[in-house]
Parts: sequence; structure tokens; C-alpha cells
Amino acid sequence: MANLAVSDSEKTFIIHGVEDNLRCDGRGCLDYRHIELELGAAPNCSGSSHVRIANTDVLVGIKAEIAAPDHAAPDRGRIEFFVDLTANADPEFEGTGGDELGQQIAGALAEAYVSKRFLDLSSLCIVKNQQVWVLFVDILILELGGSLYDAVSIAVKAALYDLRIPKLTVSIGEDGKPEIEVSDDPHTQEPLAIANVPCFVTLSKIGSQFVVDVSQEEAECSTVNMCCAIAPNGRMATTMKTGVGSLHPDSLIEALQLAQEIGVALHKALHKQFVKAQELSGRTNGFLL
Amino acid sequence: MSGHQYLSEEGFRVDGRRAQEMRKLDCSLGVFAQADGSAYVKEGNTVVLAAVYGPHEVRGGRVKALHDRAVVNCQFSAATFSTAERKRRPRGDTKSVEMTLHLQQTFETAILTKLYPRCQIDIFVEVLQADGSILSVAINAATMALVDAGIGLRDYVCACSAGVFNDAALLDLNNLEESQKGTGLTVAILPKTERIVLVDMSSKIHSDHVSKTIEAAIEGCKDIHATFDAKIKERVGRLAALINTEN
Repeated sequence: MANLAVSDSEKTFIIHGVEDNLRCDGRGCLDYRHIELELGAAPNCSGSSHVRIANTDVLVGIKAEIAAPDHAAPDRGRIEFFVDLTANADPEFEGTGGDELGQQIAGALAEAYVSKRFLDLSSLCIVKNQQVWVLFVDILILELGGSLYDAVSIAVKAALYDLRIPKLTVSIGEDGKPEIEVSDDPHTQEPLAIANVPCFVTLSKIGSQFVVDVSQEEAECSTVNMCCAIAPNGRMATTMKTGVGSLHPDSLIEALQLAQEIGVALHKALHKQFVKAQELSGRTNGFLL
Repeated sequence: MSGHQYLSEEGFRVDGRRAQEMRKLDCSLGVFAQADGSAYVKEGNTVVLAAVYGPHEVRGGRVKALHDRAVVNCQFSAATFSTAERKRRPRGDTKSVEMTLHLQQTFETAILTKLYPRCQIDIFVEVLQADGSILSVAINAATMALVDAGIGLRDYVCACSAGVFNDAALLDLNNLEESQKGTGLTVAILPKTERIVLVDMSSKIHSDHVSKTIEAAIEGCKDIHATFDAKIKERVGRLAALINTEN
């Protein structure tokens, strides 16, 4: 990730603050920054969202296309993630500069969504072995301000909430082959069941404390990050350690328990916001104006 | 759809505009704190985001630095979900490379590069929604971002696309009109002197129609200039007022 130059005394200041449960922007260790959420930010997509957490700015567009299923899962749809770190966020990402980090995030998301316990893709099957819906989830990072995984996963969940798939009718044609008819009436479009979709909660260890939603300056002070995907019911979809430091097994258990508690609360708060954002969707005049 | 339907007998286009009518133009400046200048421009359903970094030290080796002027570095990319059909990748395809070159050549002319020797100025353009006239909207957004960054320019660069259908010149083409083969061109001008800095004619136009189409596009550029100039003056006025109250 793009590195920020933070001096030793600045780091000391941040670490001492965290020990006293007071961060540079006045938050406690386990407080999130204000999350701005907008649904339907890209009208030419089947589902889209725009999430801004302080300086972190993420735009997600989902396009649903009909394609052949995977041989390994002939009766399930597919979901594919692509993360584009734009040069707007950091000039370092120009050209292919952001590819590595992008693939890392896309991989983490794919891993979190792999189990049907969290997202049941069988509802996206149209004709077994032949045609399924493929959801192309394209994530655009417009600005970097720390806590990237969390922001991306919130934006993806919001876009899935906004997703509407056209209703299909499958009939057997004269030649015995199934014929698919796509309804063009927007009122018959169906939402996806996203009640169990997980979100990432990243806990960073600064000094001896765990901290959520770190800013870029704080990220420079953290030794190790635990990135956990938590479902609304508290189940853990995936977890990984990022960063260069190491972690005592006791702190690992502490981090996982903390992540679980925070995750459950986060999902509750998010769901309320989704409902509110849905009402406003399409009424705003472009998300940055 | 055959050619004549792009302009109905009553003089309306497919999206209800008149032949010489532009789409609604909206823009906002300074949308991102991280970049030195940024702009968000929305022309109808085409939405473009531009960010400017610089002038700063030349990145990636001093060989590239020019002793008497600045290096202008551009990148054009389009979100994979911006088009109706999903794009495989955001940049690096032939069209993006071509767009990057157009932007670079246009802004090397417009920026007072002599003011910034041994420096680099980055212009990053990101298309969020594509509904025709991408090049012209990209140029307009980049201009606004450069103004926001406070970089010395000869003048605004204002761009507009135009095409010919049944002898009538249409301004500011949308995706449907643009996909009609053999019609459109994009013109960018420096409005004060009315000098043309870019003409991109990627399709064929009958030679009888060329001058008429270019003239129409220039009129469109002037309209855009008026809108942008008002926007900038309003913004600068507001900022100046803020500085006064502080004193």
C-alpha cells in the first residue's frame, strides 16, 4: 500500500494516545469514523454503491451477465471480484502499479464469499449445466485514507443490497431446448438474499491495544493487522493476518473475539443505513455534486 | 436504426434534444483532498473524474526531466462498469492509449510548461460512466482539475463533439449517436483566441460537411467555456470571501 511518511515523534504521539484510548481525531480505540453511504451511484449497473469513510472513497458497480457455469458447480451462479486502484488515489498506482494490492483485496473478498452459508448462489442458476447469472463486482478505489478492506467490504455488501436481477422465464422450446426470456419490466426485478453476507473487520495492533478503522497515519504505527470477515450472525467467514509483525496466540484469540462483537454491531448499524439509503437512491444528482 | 431517425422531422434527437442542444453540464471542483487538484464533470450521462498531481519532482529516473519545461504525464482509464457492456480491463487497451496520447498532446500545448522546468505534472482521468463524447468530457474535466490545482494555463481547454446526420450538425453526441458509423468528430479549442488544439476524427465525414461540423463543435466549446468560466468565478469569489472574513 502507498506509504505515508510519519516521523518517529508523530508515531510516539499516536501510540501514547491509543494507550489512553484517545486517538488523533478524538475517537476511542473501538470507534469507527463516520461512514457515508449511497446506493445506486452508477445507474448503468444492476447494483451499485458509493462508500466514503473519511478519506477512503470506494465506488462499486455490479453487472449481472448470463454465462456458462463452472464445471465444479453446475447449479450455482458465480460472483467475480475485480479491484481497480486508480491513480486518483495515489500516483503510485499509475499503470499496473495498483494491480498487486488489487488482486490481494479481490482474493480476500472471494475467500470470504466462497461458502454458501454466507451467500447462496444457487438462486442465480437459470438452467443447470448451461446458463447461470454471473455477478461481476467491480470495485474502484478513488481515494485512500486507511481501513481499505473494511470500506471495500461495506461497499460490496451495499451494492449487493442494491442489486436487482431481471426476472427470467425458462420454457422448453419446440426443439426441446430451454428458451430464456428476460423480463424488461423493472418492477419485476428481484433482489438477492444478502442477510448473511460478511463484512471485513480489521483490527490493528498499535502499542498493546487493538484499534479498528485505522487512518493512514495510524496504519504506519501498527505492527500487525487481523482482517476478519464476520457475518451478521457472528460467524467468521475468513481471517488473515496482514502486516510484518507477529502476534501472541492469546492476543490472536482476543482479536478474533473483539472482531466478532464489533462485526455483529456493525452489520446491525449497516442494515439500518441500507434501508435509509435505498429511499434516497436515485434522487441525488451524481454522487460528488 | 437507419440514419434519418437520429433527427426526427420535428427536429428532435433520440434523447429529446434539438440538433444544436448540449446535454446538462454539471461540475464540482476540489472533490478529493489528496490530489493537488480534482474535478468531477457530468455531461448528461457521461461522468468523468480527473485528478492532477504536481508540479512535483520527476518520478522514475531523472532522465525523463526536461531542463527548460515540465513533463506532462497523463493517464486515461475507464471503470470496468462504465460502459453498457462490461470492459475486461480499465486501461492499457488501444483506445485508452490513444485517449492518453490525445490528452497529453492537448495539455502540453495548453499548460505553460516553461514555468515549471525539471518538474512533472500528472493528469489522471477516470471515466465512471460512458455515454458518448468521452474524449471531450475527459478534456473538460482535466482542464477543471488543472484550474483547481492552480497550474498556469494559456487558457481553458474546452472540448465538444459534433456529428452530421442528414446534412444537419448535431452537438454533443451520446453513445447511440456515436455508435452510428461515419459521423462524429471531437474538437478542443482555446476559447480566447479560438485556436484549435485538437481535432479527432476517428470516423469518416464527407468533405463538404467537415467545416460545418467543426464550426458547430466550436460553438459548443464556447458554450462550455461560458459555463466553466462562470463556475470558476463563482468558486473563486466564494473562496476570496472566506479569506476576507478570516482577516
